[in-house]
Amino acid sequence: MAVLQIREAINQAIDEEMARDTGVFIMGEEVAQYNGAYKVTQGLWKKYGDKRVIDTPITEAGFAGIGIGAAMTGIGVRPIVEMMTWNFAILAFDQIINHAAKARYMSAGQFKVPIVFRGPNGPAHMLSAQHSQALESMMAHVPGLIVMTPSTPYDAKGMLKSAIRDDNPVIFMESELMYGIKGEVPDEEYLVPIGKGDIKREGTDVTIIAWTKMVAVALKAADELQKEGINVEVIDPRTLRPLDEDLILESIRKTNRCVIVEDSWPYASVGTEIAHRIHTKAFDYLDAPVEKINSADIPMPYAENLEHEALPSPEKVIAAVKKVLYRK
Amino acid sequence: MKEEKKKTTLPRWSDLNLSNEKLIKMYRDMLLIRRFEERAAQEYGKGKIGGFCHLYIGQEATGVGAIAPLREDDFIYTAYRDHGQALARGMDTNGCMAELFGKVTGVSKGMGGSMHFYDLSKGFMGGWGIVGGHPPLAAGSAFATKYQGRDSVTICFMGEASTNQGVFHETLNMAQLWKLPVIFICENNGYGMGTAISRAMAGEELFDKAAGYEMARGAVNGMDVIEMYREMTIAIERARKENLPTFLEARTYRFRGHSMSDPGQYRTKEEIEEYKKRDPIETFGKELVAEGILKQSDIELMDEAIKKEVQEAVEFADASPQPPIEVLYDNIYA
Ligand SMILES: Cc1ncc(C[n+]2csc(CCOP(=O)(O)OP(=O)(O)O)c2C)c(N)n1
Ligand SMILES: [Mg+2]
Repeated sequence: MAVLQIREAINQAIDEEMARDTGVFIMGEEVAQYNGAYKVTQGLWKKYGDKRVIDTPITEAGFAGIGIGAAMTGIGVRPIVEMMTWNFAILAFDQIINHAAKARYMSAGQFKVPIVFRGPNGPAHMLSAQHSQALESMMAHVPGLIVMTPSTPYDAKGMLKSAIRDDNPVIFMESELMYGIKGEVPDEEYLVPIGKGDIKREGTDVTIIAWTKMVAVALKAADELQKEGINVEVIDPRTLRPLDEDLILESIRKTNRCVIVEDSWPYASVGTEIAHRIHTKAFDYLDAPVEKINSADIPMPYAENLEHEALPSPEKVIAAVKKVLYRK
Repeated sequence: MKEEKKKTTLPRWSDLNLSNEKLIKMYRDMLLIRRFEERAAQEYGKGKIGGFCHLYIGQEATGVGAIAPLREDDFIYTAYRDHGQALARGMDTNGCMAELFGKVTGVSKGMGGSMHFYDLSKGFMGGWGIVGGHPPLAAGSAFATKYQGRDSVTICFMGEASTNQGVFHETLNMAQLWKLPVIFICENNGYGMGTAISRAMAGEELFDKAAGYEMARGAVNGMDVIEMYREMTIAIERARKENLPTFLEARTYRFRGHSMSDPGQYRTKEEIEEYKKRDPIETFGKELVAEGILKQSDIELMDEAIKKEVQEAVEFADASPQPPIEVLYDNIYA
């Protein structure tokens, strides 16, 4: 097995799918000659050329729409649209929400929209308010979209390959700070299915649910808690819509306690929805209300100390775990 | 682009390779749209049709003249004022009426309504309700056909008010930059709802908006089906042979309100009457009679047949069932 960075794993996924299907192409700002703002598309332009690795003007709504129209045409075209970051994809939300997510339903199933919108999401480091937003809850709100959020190189590659092959619009949210994270990736072909979560750490006392960057925060908290004899299970749903509810509920029935960690805002978040489902579908199994740790409910400040204060941390997660255990 | 009608013995379309059959078909399509929508307005009044309903009456020549020269493997996008273009593309009259009635036999099985007609099998890609939202999709279809090495072209109707949206400009930029076989047909009917173009757009000439992208552009009399056909033939050739886009401003006028709920306070009766003198169906009908292609009695017979077709469509729509409740969660995902 090779050890790859997440950016390399994503690159391999794109490369393999482009080699497998000539209908797959990638477009976005700086994806071709510059090799990607975060070097995710390194080498692809050299290999596939102008036709299939396409630099766009800075025009997110425009090229998102061109991708959607190309996908809808039903002649075997599968665009991958790279958003330099999801903060900029906000300009394309009309195209994604009003067009990609609606075409199939409004036409009573005449259209398929096989397209992936991918790029980094969530706070990085000291980028201030316009560049630090975790927007998965906004996307997961919309029926018609699939939302995927990988946390390891293995998952990133297998999930993206599934996303590219899927016939629906997939929102694929990576993380700038995680592109360099390394992990084992099999040499042979594999897929991670849409809608399948993963147990990142088995445990018996408390379930922590987290995705992308927050998985590492959860695992760190779990290691610390283990020293105090608290055995934590960490669940990564990987796909936020559709949600692997079975995996989550099964874990809750075992541990009877739950903390959700997300670096998006707390108000009407994916975590809110997960907590609601746990409360309504596993109420009798709960020994404490579900706790939720989020980024602070504010535009992200620039100053390092303030940003640190605003973000979820292992310390905050540990405190929440102790709270659901009624321990000090 | 606007040429004075030359007084010769040949009809003015003699250069266009238009058979009499095709000319009659174009006339019939326009009349069908007119009768279909007049009836739709009545059915709306009776409460048979719900929601927003935007009539194309007055603009028929634009849609028919633009669609008539297309091939079957070409694609069409439009906004919410979409009944006319759907009928011009040969979509089923019954299915169109049933869609207005919200019935399962509709062209979108009752999921779309007036604003969202679709028929992928005919390359009719909708039917979109966000002003200025669909031009990039049309460019996307053009991108896809070019990518796959096909010589299809995509045409995109839009109202003049949509050209004030940012994404319209983004799309023109990329269409020209990437040489996409797409034709933007901007139906300038003078108003976006109650706002006259002069109150919404800086500058004099609408088609000049394409000048910044150095796109082939021009204005055409959208009340004249032959002139539409002529300009479209040139634009289609440019798209199909050279992969180059065109921006065509079709100057037209809607005789009815913006939608069914429009009190129409923003324009004068005189203005409307002035435009009605240029009714695209009447003027073309007279011309066909003058050229000896149709007799007045043929037109009357045709009108009777169309009214019957529309009556049958209404009966069909009325008798059709609503979609079953079970489809509520269908087709959200493929
Ligand atoms: C983004 C957006 N804003 C506002 C509306 C409401 N609206 C519907 S049609 C319309 C006027 C559009 O005029 P125009 O583009 O000239 O087309 P026409 O109706 O004349 O065919 C408006 C404001 C909308 N549908 N979408
Ligand atoms: Mg208008």
